[in-house]
Amino acid sequence: MAALYEEFTLCGLVQTQNASDSPIQGIERDGDSDHAVVTDSTRSVTLYKVSDQKPLGSWTVKQGQLLTCPAVFNFQTKEYVVVSDNKVIRVWKDEDLNLDKAFKATVTADVWRVHSAPGGEPVVLFQRGAVRFLDSLLSAPQQPIEDVLSEEEVIRWSTNIVAEEQHFVLFTTEQKGECCLYVQRLNPNTLQKYRLEREDSGASPLSFSASLRDKHLNLLYLYPNGCVYQSVVAARGYVGLEGVQALPRSLRLRLAVGEGELGAASAVALDEAHVAVVGVPHPSARTGKDFLCIWNTNFQTLQAGILRNWRKLFVPHGKALSVIPYDCQNHPSGRISIKCNCSQGNVKLGVNCVQPQPHQTGPVDEVQREVEALVSRGDAQDLQLSVGQLACHLVARSQAETAFYTPVALAQLVQTQFLCHSVCPGLLLLSLEHKDYFLCQLCLQLFPDIPEVVTCACLKTFISNEVLQTPYSDNFLLPHLKDLDTQQVILFLQYLQFVYLKYSQDVYTQTPGLRSPTMTQIIDWVCLLLDAHFTVLVMAPDAKGLLSNLQSFVKSQVKLFSELGKIESSLQELHKMKLSKDISQYSIEVIELF
Amino acid sequence: MGEFKVHRVRFFDYMPTAIRAMAFNAHTERLALARMDGSVEIFNFTDHYFQEKVIPGKDSRSIESLCWVGGRLFSAGLNGEIAEYDLENLRPKYSLEAYGGPIWTIISNTQGTQLAIGCEDGTVKLFEVLEEHIQFERNLDRQKGRIISLSWHPSGTHIAAGMMDMIRVFDVPTGHAVQRLLVDRGFGGSKSRETVVWSVAFLSDHTVVSGDSAGKVQVWDGHTGTLVKTHLVTKWDVLALSVSKDESSVVAGTSEGTVIQFQFIAPTLHQQQGKEWVRTRTFKNHTHDVRALAEIETAIVSGGMDTHLVVRPLLEKFDEKSHASGLRKIHFPHRNLVSCAKKVGLLLFQFPGQLELWRLGDSDGHGKPGDRLPLERMPEKLLLLKRKGEDHICCSALSSCGGWLAYSTVSCVRIYRLQTDNNNISITKVSKLPKALHSAHQLCFSSDSSKMFAASSQSSVLVIALTQSECKYVHTLKPKSGSRQPIHLMTTSVDGKWLAAANSDCEIHVYNLQKLKLHCIVPVYGSCPSAMGIHPTTNNLTVVHADQQLFEYSIVEKQYTDWSRKLQKQGLHNVWLDRDTPVTHVTFNSKNPNQVVLHDMHMFCIIDQSLPLPDQKTQFYNQMTLRSLSEQERPSHLHAFKICKTFQDLLCVSLLDDQSLVVVERPLLAITSQLPAPVRQKKFAT
Repeated sequence: MAALYEEFTLCGLVQTQNASDSPIQGIERDGDSDHAVVTDSTRSVTLYKVSDQKPLGSWTVKQGQLLTCPAVFNFQTKEYVVVSDNKVIRVWKDEDLNLDKAFKATVTADVWRVHSAPGGEPVVLFQRGAVRFLDSLLSAPQQPIEDVLSEEEVIRWSTNIVAEEQHFVLFTTEQKGECCLYVQRLNPNTLQKYRLEREDSGASPLSFSASLRDKHLNLLYLYPNGCVYQSVVAARGYVGLEGVQALPRSLRLRLAVGEGELGAASAVALDEAHVAVVGVPHPSARTGKDFLCIWNTNFQTLQAGILRNWRKLFVPHGKALSVIPYDCQNHPSGRISIKCNCSQGNVKLGVNCVQPQPHQTGPVDEVQREVEALVSRGDAQDLQLSVGQLACHLVARSQAETAFYTPVALAQLVQTQFLCHSVCPGLLLLSLEHKDYFLCQLCLQLFPDIPEVVTCACLKTFISNEVLQTPYSDNFLLPHLKDLDTQQVILFLQYLQFVYLKYSQDVYTQTPGLRSPTMTQIIDWVCLLLDAHFTVLVMAPDAKGLLSNLQSFVKSQVKLFSELGKIESSLQELHKMKLSKDISQYSIEVIELF
Repeated sequence: MGEFKVHRVRFFDYMPTAIRAMAFNAHTERLALARMDGSVEIFNFTDHYFQEKVIPGKDSRSIESLCWVGGRLFSAGLNGEIAEYDLENLRPKYSLEAYGGPIWTIISNTQGTQLAIGCEDGTVKLFEVLEEHIQFERNLDRQKGRIISLSWHPSGTHIAAGMMDMIRVFDVPTGHAVQRLLVDRGFGGSKSRETVVWSVAFLSDHTVVSGDSAGKVQVWDGHTGTLVKTHLVTKWDVLALSVSKDESSVVAGTSEGTVIQFQFIAPTLHQQQGKEWVRTRTFKNHTHDVRALAEIETAIVSGGMDTHLVVRPLLEKFDEKSHASGLRKIHFPHRNLVSCAKKVGLLLFQFPGQLELWRLGDSDGHGKPGDRLPLERMPEKLLLLKRKGEDHICCSALSSCGGWLAYSTVSCVRIYRLQTDNNNISITKVSKLPKALHSAHQLCFSSDSSKMFAASSQSSVLVIALTQSECKYVHTLKPKSGSRQPIHLMTTSVDGKWLAAANSDCEIHVYNLQKLKLHCIVPVYGSCPSAMGIHPTTNNLTVVHADQQLFEYSIVEKQYTDWSRKLQKQGLHNVWLDRDTPVTHVTFNSKNPNQVVLHDMHMFCIIDQSLPLPDQKTQFYNQMTLRSLSEQERPSHLHAFKICKTFQDLLCVSLLDDQSLVVVERPLLAITSQLPAPVRQKKFAT
């Protein structure tokens, strides 16, 4: 039986300013399985020790420069390699502190990726399909780079496989809906092109994963309709075969995708029999797509039986990069699922190499549209989860990008009433930060679990009807109330007195639609404030009038209530009176006799 | 049993008038009751307080006081006339002017030989009671100020007269006033107002008891003219007094709606000497003036402005709780004021002064039990027919096809031809009526509307043939019994062959209409029939009596049916027998011959003769229980009496030919709301 262990967070992800970029470009192995090189979407590369969950080193390119491919570790030279601004290849070592001072070389064509694997030399894949060994490229950086791909053909995915002194670079391309697989063998260099069978829907695969097994390259790819196919290419290759060959495929898994198609999902082959899938609904939970599932492709059962060197899954999501260690024994009936906080639609799963797709990085109006679409879906159970995730994501992004703030979308999410403070703790504070009082009010109104400290924070910023109505516990609120300064307390007391007088005067003229605190709530707050600040208020000269007003007011109230008590019993009698049904002069009714 | 669509009608604005006077005849145990509109009702206290006779009112007649002399009933009123009533023909026998201005009161001596009236002009006039008439005898000494109330000393030698601010005692043989008892005025602001002595009672020991407008009940010594005791009982008026037969108790009715009892008892136990009049009990069964009061053997009977008659049994006179020991309130007349044209859904409402013809509304919606259906068509008042003349309408009828309408007063009968097509209604009075048809106690049409039957004098029934053009006398059906009592119920069979008529002698005559002769007399039962009907298919006559007994009599076989015998053998359920309002209408379900529909004021009942009869251990009102049971359990709990109490204060329940029920309700609250404000209302904590 296989098991996924409890996940842990490797690092927080910082939202990039460029909305079209995801926080992470890639995660690569360092020298051993306990180190990971994480390249963010902008300028920095960080080395983590995974088991300690702590960074060991970090390198950043200058402002204005951009890392365009994930940094990799050269296992032979123990150096790191990264490409900035598509054409500049930088190489540095652990002990180098400044990336700018490290070695760099400018090449003549745009680089797609640098691939590195233990036991092999790093290779550079250019955007137009050419492949070079890193060493040979760096020895003559200005060498001409040929175009392998036709003009409109673009690379979608690539990987690098080193085994038994064989070295492969695999990449897939897309051109007008047609997908091709290129298998580049190195030493000797041969290039074979295969055309992937078109799916009925015409859709392109969402994700690829490749592995070498039994002298065959296995390519696993997932389509939006939930079909996972496997194609096998002989590692030896048929040298001399020219032209494009059709690539036969076999269906390994058909995942239930629920309604519609998958937006983003990822499948990774773990071994011959097991595929890890993320972004596909859990077959039994049916709530959301944020499950990481491991499937046995032989039995089409959901389980885990994984044997991989790393024994870790890296899943970037939201603002965190999670590492999920897994373990397994060979037992056919195990079933594994891990709920992870992935934002819907933005998932990429990698075992060895994670290549995140652009995250939720669209401009405000796009986000707005997405939220609207989500909210209008109306499947309550589904919404509950996705709304929370989306809100968290938006809040995280807003916190990261000061320019990004989507008040309307957030308000809409809050109004679904699926949110509470605990689900998205940053939301209320974010709205306070942005002085978005509408959203604040909405949160105060709809969240049942706002901590007292936050309530007080709201109080300091603004006084409302709504603050008074948030639930609280005296014991917890009192210390925070003491944080208010005297002027705030006096102002607040004046406000409370005003509200109370207003309500007691026109108790019948209250607008019915308007939410207003009850008399009891107002009085409770007055009591709490006085309790918290009584000594200070007694000393403060400008509070004297207010206090004496309150006292006379309390006196009159006590008198009123004692009078009310007298007639209470007679009023209660009125309640006991039977309400006669309103019967008109004439009606036609149906009765049944038995 | 199934679902019924019910037309719940509340637009019959029936409004009874206030009770003004009453007189109890201890010999016959009949209570005569006069209302403000001049009508007189006779209740039979030996027969479950059944209202056996109603003498319709008249615009010019007002009755201030009633008086029995033997079996003869006299009234006097503010129109200055004394009237004697013909209790067989339900009309005044004669009336004569007393020439003393408005008359406030009329009394008779215990011997029944003389009547005395108290007049506005200050005279007390004596009349001699002759066999067929009364004759003025003489005036007593004329006084200044009106004579409001009178009471004759049981010996017949003296009369006490209540006046303004005083009571006079007259010596009858000489006609002289022998005592003058001055009655104090009220306190405060009412000091300037004269005190009206509304009522006096002259007891055998020459004690005079008076009730006055200052709220006092006073006890006087009639010999010496001295005041013995004053009981201030109300801030308002004491309007009526009544003395028990053994003179041990006096009751007083007040404007507050209370009845206060005084008893002549010793202040301490074991002390037989020194008895005095002590206020004992207060009864509050009225909201308004108690204008009329009678203390009878076992109960106090009261009535007044709030229009209902209350019989309040004195519980110490009963050894055990029984049917007679329960409080009775009589709100509605014990006869039908609503006629229903079953074929066309028309309702005729009878008021003293007019008739209203309504068409029921309609709904083609369907609903589940408890639903109120959306109205497709509102009910519509088609006709308001005001009577001619001063006499009030005493009976009315609508043919089942809705084509004929008839009503009668004591002086005339009118028949109208109705034509309704869609929205138009035309009414034509049938001009030439047969001479024999001058008045009717009851009217009814044959089911094919070709004949009309009018209950006439001496329990006879006139048969009138109706055609488009004319209305012809056919025959007079006469009972063999020679009863002189009026017919109060009449019904015909659907096949037009039979007519049944019930009179106040409790006789039911069944006539064969084809042969135009008496077919049979249903065995006379001791209680008056309160409702009856002939079954449309079996021609069995179902009769319900004032004592709630129920009989089914086969007209064809001239004997009680097996079902009726079974019912009598087993006995009606006690819950049924203990009901306190009589069944006033019996009708049948033309689609289901087993079903008999009948109703009283508080419920309607569908009797399913195919089901077992309830025995005394059976839960009688079992509809709620049945509702809660499952389909499988129900059959074992069913019994024949299916009672629905959803509708209250019922004036009529009928089953239309389309199987829908018509329920005419007149909520008592609606009647109360039309009364003037009471002088005193209960306020919190007072």
